[in-house]
Amino acid sequence: MSSIVKEQTRPKANKRPKWQKMGAGGYIVLALVTFLSLFPFYWMFIVASNGTDEISKIPPTLLPGPRFFTVVSHVYEALPQFNQALINTVYVGTIVAVAQVFFSAIAGFAFAKLNFRGQKFMVLFVILTMMLPSQLGIIPLYMLMSNLGFINSLNALIIPALVTAFGVFWMRQVIDAQVPNELLESASIDGAGVFRVYWSLVLPIIAQSSFVLGLFSFLATWNDFLWPLLVLQSPENFTAQVAVNQLKSSYAIDYALNMGGAFLSTAPLIVLFIFVGRRLVRGVMDGAVKG
Amino acid sequence: MFLIFGLAPIIYSVYIAFFNWDALGTQEFIGIQNFIDLVADDRFWNALYNTIDIWLLSTIPMLILSIGLAAILHNPHLRGSTFWRTILLVPNITSVLAIAIVFGQLFGRDFGMVNLVIGALGFDHIDFIQGTTSSHIAIASMIVWRWTGYNALIFLAAMLAIPGELYESASLDGANKWKQFRYVTLPSLRNTITFVLIVGTIGGLQVFAEPLILGGSYNGGDSGQFSTLTLFLFDQAFVAYKWGYAAAVGIMITVIVAIVSFINFVITRRLAGDGK
Repeated sequence: MSSIVKEQTRPKANKRPKWQKMGAGGYIVLALVTFLSLFPFYWMFIVASNGTDEISKIPPTLLPGPRFFTVVSHVYEALPQFNQALINTVYVGTIVAVAQVFFSAIAGFAFAKLNFRGQKFMVLFVILTMMLPSQLGIIPLYMLMSNLGFINSLNALIIPALVTAFGVFWMRQVIDAQVPNELLESASIDGAGVFRVYWSLVLPIIAQSSFVLGLFSFLATWNDFLWPLLVLQSPENFTAQVAVNQLKSSYAIDYALNMGGAFLSTAPLIVLFIFVGRRLVRGVMDGAVKG
Repeated sequence: MFLIFGLAPIIYSVYIAFFNWDALGTQEFIGIQNFIDLVADDRFWNALYNTIDIWLLSTIPMLILSIGLAAILHNPHLRGSTFWRTILLVPNITSVLAIAIVFGQLFGRDFGMVNLVIGALGFDHIDFIQGTTSSHIAIASMIVWRWTGYNALIFLAAMLAIPGELYESASLDGANKWKQFRYVTLPSLRNTITFVLIVGTIGGLQVFAEPLILGGSYNGGDSGQFSTLTLFLFDQAFVAYKWGYAAAVGIMITVIVAIVSFINFVITRRLAGDGK
């Protein structure tokens, strides 16, 4: 096909009269999806601000009530260390995010652009580990942490998460796609060493993607639940998720209290998401397997 | 680093699966006895059934919904596409804990919203948490809620990569909307569907956080009605402290994931391939 044919079809493609006009049906579906996506957050707030009695009526109330700050103070009564838990979570999440980006980018760079012995084998190996269920290693990991004396320490959350197969693989894809080989070649002809190339050429190019990987690591750490529950024992070391889970065990079913805790532990993420949501969307779509 | 904390535990896990090993210090080589016990263990089969049921109930609707949503978002005439895309990702960033608390309430027997709707339609209330299939539906709905939007974005990215010429020649041949979707879009998505299915299988067969929070303990409901394989593993490892036995469960999970992923792979090839 010549380029002339392509140019002729372009303007027609923009109008695209035949295939798919956007009907009202599509918007209704999207509006419904939006409602369903946001409703649980709204409901969290409704229950937390009304109290369990109010929502145990028929029909239940659907509007925010006046008791939100009462419920919040109950949450803090039940969990005196809740602020500490939030700080712990941010602390662990930030370290993990920065470390993941740094190490994954180095390993990804090596896998994507350097030639060394056993490279293909090691890439395959990384992908293979990604396929393995993480639960398989959890008992030995627990034993290892216990031998290192990291049980009930935030180190137990940080150390195993510094590098993950997913991060390395992701960075490899990104560097492979975004960093042109010619640029690296001309840099090495100019006499730049490998680390210099990595630092002053590769890192700036992949800054955007690194940010997204860092965000995902941060979110994953924030939301991780089971591993912190297993290794953390005393309240001053809890992460937000483990702390909120305590609300469940100490009271039978106080929905207002539980949802209050859930709301407080989720609200920071929602605020973060308002600022970075669009970048995350791009990150997810860039990382997708196409075709 | 990665070798020590990622890989070594897995190899070690295979090693201890052949031992009668508990947290108190007993370490006795017993060969494949753990696996023999496992095959005879009703709790294992119950957990396997629950896991596969939840996986089916979540994966199939999720796949259909996310491809459908992606097709809507793929429309070039759509207004506010960035907004819709961003909304789709919201469920995915929430913690499973928070969502399980909300869904646990929504599916509650007496005052849960879901049952109020069911009651309003003239049916009896369903005790979702106590029933087997109904508790699976509650758990599956959390998974669907969490992952549909994310996967829709993955499918959308794949759809945007399909060359527009394919649609033009199809419409010149007189193919309507549905036929274009069936014969152009779906076959082009084959690899993406395989990818989403395999990732979904790995995640779905390891489901534990939702049932753990819903039931509040590792037994997965009063009669184990929503105990899953991974919950069973944790129950054995961190409640009963039978580490060797739990490691054997872990290996079985891995084997099952591999088998199901392979079956998925073959089926998607077949299904999406015949459109060509």
